[in-house]
Amino acid sequence: MLEFKNVTKRFGSGVKPAVNNLNLTINKGDFVVFIGPSGCGKTTTMKMINRLIDTTEGSIIVDGKDVTQQDPVQLRRSIGYVIQQIGLIPHMTVGENIVLVGSLLKWSKEKKEKRAKELIKLVNLPEDYLNRYPHELSGGQQQRIGVLRALAADPPLILMDEPFGALDPITRDSLQEEFKKLQKEMDKTIIFVTHDMDEAIKLADKIVLMNGGEIVQASTPEEMLRNPINEFVEDFIGKDRLLQSRPEVTTVEQIMNPNPVTINMESTLKEAIQKMREMRVDSLLVIDQEQKLQGFIDIEMVDSNYRKYTYVHEVMDTEEYAVQKDSLLRDTMHKMLRRGKSYVSVVDESYHLAGIVTRATLADMVYDTIWGDGMEAAIATPE
Amino acid sequence: MDTIVDIFSSYGWELLTKTGEHMYISFAAILLGVIVAVPAGILLTRIPNMADRLISFVGILQTIPSLAILAFFMPILGVGMTPAIIALFVYSVLPILRNTYTGVKEVDSNILEAGKGMGMSNMETIRKIELPMALPVIMAGIRFATVYLIGWATLAAFIGGGGLGDLIFDGLNLYQPELIVLGTIPATILALLTNWLLTILEKRLTPSALRDAT
Repeated sequence: MLEFKNVTKRFGSGVKPAVNNLNLTINKGDFVVFIGPSGCGKTTTMKMINRLIDTTEGSIIVDGKDVTQQDPVQLRRSIGYVIQQIGLIPHMTVGENIVLVGSLLKWSKEKKEKRAKELIKLVNLPEDYLNRYPHELSGGQQQRIGVLRALAADPPLILMDEPFGALDPITRDSLQEEFKKLQKEMDKTIIFVTHDMDEAIKLADKIVLMNGGEIVQASTPEEMLRNPINEFVEDFIGKDRLLQSRPEVTTVEQIMNPNPVTINMESTLKEAIQKMREMRVDSLLVIDQEQKLQGFIDIEMVDSNYRKYTYVHEVMDTEEYAVQKDSLLRDTMHKMLRRGKSYVSVVDESYHLAGIVTRATLADMVYDTIWGDGMEAAIATPE
Repeated sequence: MDTIVDIFSSYGWELLTKTGEHMYISFAAILLGVIVAVPAGILLTRIPNMADRLISFVGILQTIPSLAILAFFMPILGVGMTPAIIALFVYSVLPILRNTYTGVKEVDSNILEAGKGMGMSNMETIRKIELPMALPVIMAGIRFATVYLIGWATLAAFIGGGGLGDLIFDGLNLYQPELIVLGTIPATILALLTNWLLTILEKRLTPSALRDAT
């Protein structure tokens, strides 16, 4: 759909390039968010797509055609564009603003009216708004119109330059949601520039993090949170966010207790009860000689069976529920809480017992997420 | 009282034709001014580096005394209405040019960027965004120029251009103050009337959505 090939932009010769030898491929229907500190080249990169800024070197291919070879005016009519300052034309009605590209393309009056009515329904604004003027609308409504204006000629590609940056947080939130939904329904490819990481994580299929005119990391939000490629990425994402995202991206292996209290299946019930007493627990994980998980046994089972049976494997419950080491904590937590279990055992691929996640482990996690790292909290507490 | 009635009865017809001439000279000059200065003003916004220098140059032209300009055009264009119109046109250029330049330059750059990003050509940007938005300022320049020109047009008589100035000059030559008054009052009324009409026109032409803002 969109491809950058060795794209470089220099503003003036000799100076450090604003965008340096950028290579990137974007698939159709992707929501791609460019993010980075000011001056990292994200906006320049975006504006080179519709030639508001011309490339110095390299080529940008949109739908198989190099944009640098096309007439910029015609090119821009085929690409949607939304800016932070909205830029509705004040002396035109909302309707005229929405179908601005249509009038540039010399659509008939009927076609323009029909299209404007279709579009305004998408953002749940009443049809009579079409006859109002931009200044009669709230900021959020104005930007909804700004987005519709970009959609008017049904372009497959839409460029958005911090479109929700100037809105208040609540309006921004609802517009983000509305727009994400709209994008999915219409299957548009979106290039979205922002400096707000929350926004990027919320909207993006793919985040392109830039610094100094180069791409530092381009990946899905999950991947970026799970594996920040270097310290810059980590810093940019921010520690808070990395912590908060832990349930989303952490695997059970990272937080499990690797030394659960176990008992061999060949042991006697007497040995089992001794171990429980020693370790102050009410249940044990049962393993075989090869450390494979076989089931579990708890105090009730021992109590009601010790007259009839001698060995652990005769009374243990083999319906033990276990999760793989690499399952996401998010899913595991959910399952534990739903089943009302107080713990879940963790196994590797060949069902060897690897560890255990208990409700206490989860409590630690939640504590860290809400109040920061346990260590820091302890230090911060006055003596 | 009698003298005024006398003068009206003897100069009544002349007063009408002179007023007609006067209007013709002023409006022709203004029209020329608009035709030249509005596009020039827009052009200047495209070359902002040169614009300030060019505007000061036109400003210097403006400071040349009007009598001198008229005298200066006489050897080139001869006498009569045409040189008068051209001389007055020179004066109309600066206010219109300056207001057009300022008005267009002050158009919100975000709106221009949005327009450009939507795929507006240069001409479309001028027609659909810049001119309508700058119109109140441009109109103010035209109104200003017109009012001044109506006053200065009395000097056209000096090079045989006609107009109400003829009455004033006759009054001076014949030492008849009534004639001077007869030439001056209609010129003043004409200026005030034009100012009033152009103010209305200015309001009419301002896009309704921009009226509250300005």
